[in-house]
Amino acid sequence: MAFENLSEKLQNVFKNLRSKGRLTEEDVKAALKEVKMALLEADVNFKVVKQFIKTVQERAIGQDVMNGLNPGQMVIKIVNEEMIALMGSETTEIALKPGSEVTVIMMAGLQGAGKTTTTAKIAGKLKQKGKKPLLAACDVYRPAAIDQLKINGEKQGVEVFSMGDKQNPVDIAKGAVEHAKKNGYNVVIIDTAGRLHIDEDMMAELAAIKEQVEVHQTILVVDSMTGQDAVNVANLFQEKIGIDGVVLTKLDGDTRGGAALSIRAVTGRPILYIGMGEKLSDLEQFYPDRMASRILGMGDVLTMIEKAQEAIDEDEARKLEQKMKKAEFDFEDYLSSMGQMKKMGGLTSIMGMMPGLSGMKMPEIDEAQAEKGMKRTESIIYSMTPEERRNPSLLNPSRKKRIADGAGVDIAEVNRLVKQFEQARKMMKQIPGMMGGKRGKKGRFNLPF
Amino acid sequence: MSEEKKGFFGRLVAGLTKTRETIVSGIDSIFSGFSSIDEDFYEEIEEILIMGDLGVNATEQIIETLKAKVKEKKIKEPSDCKQLLIDSIKEQMQVEEAAYRFEEELSVVLVIGVNGVGKTTTVGKLAGKLKSQGKKVVIAAADTFRAAAGEQLLEWANRAGVEMIGGQEGADPASVIYDAISAAKSRKADVLLCDTAGRLHNKKNLMEELKKINRIIDKEFSQAYRETLVVLDGTTGQNALSQARQFGEVADLTGIVLTKMDGTAKGGIAVAIQSELSIPVKYIGVGETIDDLQKFDANDYVNALFDVKEDREGA
Ligand SMILES: Nc1nc2c(ncn2[C@@H]2O[C@H](COP(=O)(O)OP(=O)(O)OP(=O)(O)O)[C@@H](O)[C@H]2O)c(=O)[nH]1
Ligand SMILES: [Mg+2]
Repeated sequence: MAFENLSEKLQNVFKNLRSKGRLTEEDVKAALKEVKMALLEADVNFKVVKQFIKTVQERAIGQDVMNGLNPGQMVIKIVNEEMIALMGSETTEIALKPGSEVTVIMMAGLQGAGKTTTTAKIAGKLKQKGKKPLLAACDVYRPAAIDQLKINGEKQGVEVFSMGDKQNPVDIAKGAVEHAKKNGYNVVIIDTAGRLHIDEDMMAELAAIKEQVEVHQTILVVDSMTGQDAVNVANLFQEKIGIDGVVLTKLDGDTRGGAALSIRAVTGRPILYIGMGEKLSDLEQFYPDRMASRILGMGDVLTMIEKAQEAIDEDEARKLEQKMKKAEFDFEDYLSSMGQMKKMGGLTSIMGMMPGLSGMKMPEIDEAQAEKGMKRTESIIYSMTPEERRNPSLLNPSRKKRIADGAGVDIAEVNRLVKQFEQARKMMKQIPGMMGGKRGKKGRFNLPF
Repeated sequence: MSEEKKGFFGRLVAGLTKTRETIVSGIDSIFSGFSSIDEDFYEEIEEILIMGDLGVNATEQIIETLKAKVKEKKIKEPSDCKQLLIDSIKEQMQVEEAAYRFEEELSVVLVIGVNGVGKTTTVGKLAGKLKSQGKKVVIAAADTFRAAAGEQLLEWANRAGVEMIGGQEGADPASVIYDAISAAKSRKADVLLCDTAGRLHNKKNLMEELKKINRIIDKEFSQAYRETLVVLDGTTGQNALSQARQFGEVADLTGIVLTKMDGTAKGGIAVAIQSELSIPVKYIGVGETIDDLQKFDANDYVNALFDVKEDREGA
């Protein structure tokens, strides 16, 4: 509660500082003091917070303060970036075996975390992807756990393999995998009973399942409301059975969810999905940036930072646009626009940021191929002299030959690039305003080559 | 009574020992590792309280109080500080004798909380406990939403040897409560225990549903003593405060059941809730069997939390 006004506090701390210079040690320390409180209030583990603050402090001191931001906001910008980096900069999927090969997934976690529901949710997701999942009911302890899985399985149209509650979970898991192999299922998801990480016997049971059935993916299901103890839980599950990914549940609540950061820090394993409701369709992709913003609880500061960033980008885009309109656009500009694109995390992540495209399954852009193409283009441009880059009309056949040799490509490729470039310049002149969307951003990615 | 007491402490300590070791050895090393009471010393205390999930606010308050007392009583020794700290938390967490009145008279106990905290298990354990005290107990299965919730509770009713009134999946939970009240009346039950579906406190419609249940009980069973327990997962961090606050807005909370205290979590958020909302912890869950529900005892709790050895040897 006291920290909901954190951004206000920050504004006050830095009220009179609109310095354009570098972040001083005092700036950084003052801002990080507030950040520390915010993270603790969000349930990030104390030790994780301590380490994190240290890292950010080292990185932040001496950095330039971006135009339009005060030092406090600049520190928050760095904090946010570091948090996103810590949480894994991209979304990750559960690794599945190809075709009819059986992937065995084992769910694990404390009591009440949401394993049974999550099991059914994941089954639904995989079914949508064309997989044929089988659920294995290995929670023989909690009353009606098997019934619960059966009902959920039925709702999802997925078969549930059960041997009742009198058999050993290891035998049930084995039976399920055999059943899957015989009957054409290609994914087995093992629902297990909730257990305490310090319960030796119960942990040994999971280890035994893993040992006697070939488990390919072990998924730790964690309640997003978990407090400081999240590190102990994650640590012991990782140590005793090993985990490959994490699902965070109950994020449709109002928890800040700091456990996400703690668990990532402790296990280094990706967060795969987040549970967003009780309905079996309420399982969503995990986005590190959204989680970072939620944990930090400084949405308004982050918006401000974004705006400042946009203003800068827009500024650059406008300059570029002017050049293009006047057909002054040259290979130097091309290089810098490519650099910007890289800064934003490559093609796929840029597309992921575009409204309407995010969350959608990307059409198969061969990212690697596209990036390779960009690399080649880049190396061609780098093989030009600065004069040639600024004045492409200098490029005669002998210069092109030299450039091709320098870049290790065929001369035809150099010709193609120069030709495309000339055409683009012409086009620019003919269609004024093509670059001029309201948000300079858009124009930049519409570069015609 | 003394048997229960021993059971409580025995179980609590058994459940908590492994875990307490962290907090405990931490505390011990602090109190012995510092030769004077200075800022570093207080910072270490702060770390330990935060690691126990007490939260930033409660921690700061406790430390302020501690500082004031140290000054007032002119305390110089870090080790003397220990007793002060323990005493102030104990004092705060004390449960009044009247807290368990519902066990003695005609009463209806409404059990609420977010998903997966241990409501159904707690209802089962409470049923077993009251039954063994010779009470006639009826259970209402008002979770008509979650798959197999009714079957789960029925298993507990069977274990406790009490009657359960339920409804179909998807039925109106308020109508189940209504039926259960009639059943409790006609069977002349002493206690009606109502299990409800888990719901996140920020879901408006589900909280409205709870209000409706609450109204029905007030209206249809006005002669019964009302007890409303919010179940909080001891592993939960700062969000538990928000849970207590918002469940408190739809029903008059009379107590907290803090579950899963057999793990490594400290359940320290209960201290913060006690200071802000004055809701006492009445029971703690220390396992998954029917006997694993214990009356909350502030002394034992805080002693176990800070590993006061003399007390444990006595137990
Ligand atoms: N270790 C431990 N586990 C507990 C305790 N109390 C409950 N559990 C377990 O926690 C899990 C969830 O308990 P439930 O009683 O189903 O929780 P609930 O609040 O009724 O759950 P929903 O109705 O699904 O919202 C079960 O596996 C219980 O066995 C406890 O004190 N200690
Ligand atoms: Mg329940």
